[in-house]
Amino acid sequence: MNTLMTRGIQALMVAVLIGAATFAMMRALPGDAAYRIAAGRYGYDNVDTAAADAVRAELGLDGPALPAFLNWLGDLLRLDFGHSLVSGQPVIAEIGHQLGASLSLAAVAVLLSLIMGPPLGILAGLRPGGMLDRVLLVVSTGLKAVPQFLMALILILILSVQLRLLPAAGYGAARHFILPALALALGLAAVNARIARDAMARIGAMPFYSFAQWKGLSPRQTLLRHGLRNVSVPLLTYLGLQFVTLVEGVVVVEAIFGWPGIGHALVHAIFSRDVPMVQGTALCLGLGFVLINAVIDLVTGRIDPRRAA
Amino acid sequence: MTDAVMIPRPAGLALRWTGAALVAAALVLALIGPLAVPGDPFAQSLIKALSGPEPAAPLGYDHLGRSIFHRLAAALRLSPAIAMAAVLTAGLAGLGLGTWAAARGGWTDRILTILADALLALPGLLLVLIVLAIVPGTALGFWAGLSLVLWVEFFRLTRAATRAVLASPAVQATRLLGFGPVYVFRTHIWPEIAPMMLTAAAFGTATAIMAIAALGFVHVGMRAPTPELGLMMVELLPYWREAPLALLSPVIATFALLLGLTLLAGSRDT
Repeated sequence: MNTLMTRGIQALMVAVLIGAATFAMMRALPGDAAYRIAAGRYGYDNVDTAAADAVRAELGLDGPALPAFLNWLGDLLRLDFGHSLVSGQPVIAEIGHQLGASLSLAAVAVLLSLIMGPPLGILAGLRPGGMLDRVLLVVSTGLKAVPQFLMALILILILSVQLRLLPAAGYGAARHFILPALALALGLAAVNARIARDAMARIGAMPFYSFAQWKGLSPRQTLLRHGLRNVSVPLLTYLGLQFVTLVEGVVVVEAIFGWPGIGHALVHAIFSRDVPMVQGTALCLGLGFVLINAVIDLVTGRIDPRRAA
Repeated sequence: MTDAVMIPRPAGLALRWTGAALVAAALVLALIGPLAVPGDPFAQSLIKALSGPEPAAPLGYDHLGRSIFHRLAAALRLSPAIAMAAVLTAGLAGLGLGTWAAARGGWTDRILTILADALLALPGLLLVLIVLAIVPGTALGFWAGLSLVLWVEFFRLTRAATRAVLASPAVQATRLLGFGPVYVFRTHIWPEIAPMMLTAAAFGTATAIMAIAALGFVHVGMRAPTPELGLMMVELLPYWREAPLALLSPVIATFALLLGLTLLAGSRDT
């Protein structure tokens, strides 16, 4: 229960931090926010003082800072994000649209990385110093140094510009998933493989592992019964921490491939200073991290009961 | 968790030297390149747009007829300079706050840890984007945002190591002998955390350079005509067929720089 408490406090702090950051953003915007919002709503040609005053009165942009901030936080904690300053739609509805697209992309990417990384890492870890281990070290170090946007660029150049195999952008069909998911998955797989390899090498060198083989289990049985479960604990923990990397990747990769997800929306919202949308999307991402890590805490506690105690 | 899976490898030192050489090569290109071949990263000559290498422009010209060599050199000065300033600020803040939290314990420790944990849950790029929207000036915004993101790692490392050191009998003996906190820090804590700090600094610099390039690439970072790695790539992407070398130069430079920093940091998986 203690870990859940910690995660709960973390979630609360995330909300307060995002509230403070977006409030500062609102206050620090250069120029009169009312004019900016009015321009976003009615188009640049239709902005006049009356429109700006109407926006100012509607959103309460005047007034002292502290009550406004507390008000702001109160709304945030009641999950009342208000309406997008640009489209006028409720923020919750907009996020609901985009979250699905992002989640499916992230899920495909994680799945792909799990198919590629850990099996190779475990094979390499079974024979530390072997051929596969050395090749994997070089490949994963190289892949880790390639940021996701660069990976996306390279994949687009090779697979869609030169070979014309896949579409460079778009959304809807299954083949649109391949490039963005691959751009995210390769970097994740590089890290997954290293973690699986290190964990496997560490566990393979432990006395209990040799004992399992000595008592007559085949290498296969030893791996399945005694290896995998131990390897999965650090792997899952890292997967939770990688979620932040994944989200960063999603923000950039969605912007590159024109994916209609939450990251794309966030970049646009920041660009057009749509503070309620920034707040909603940022909170969604931050709380997502906390939630996923809370689940992973529980699952690793189940897999390895020694940690829960 | 992080250092539990460390297994020392004999190849580690050679890899570190390779990394240092790669970073040094990028810095030499950035600092000495423009001295060897004088030129202006902003001067345009539309007649030469997308034409190949020549003595005055060893990497050819971009779509506006600007020398790619000089733009690349300027970009390789800009990002590492911002990154190193941010890492320095973040390192000092993390070091100070981490030692403070570990030494004071109690509520100081608890509040700082909660703050760090909450920041850890937010994607770094997101924080940088928000700070960029608040702080006037892109370079200043990147510095502030990246410092805000990067101090957490330094804080966590320092705090964990310092707590362990402060609880050791050696520190207790030092205190009983009457030495002050400055002495304890210098002789006991710093030697313990210095190697970790170097690793974290190399990783932090790589993260910062990546972030600047990534945001530049999606048009929300540095503004044109500033020569910046990500911005150069996205500008030259449409001309890939006409001038592949033009696009490959910033791509290879970025990759070499990041690979060098990762290798320099050593084999710690994050």
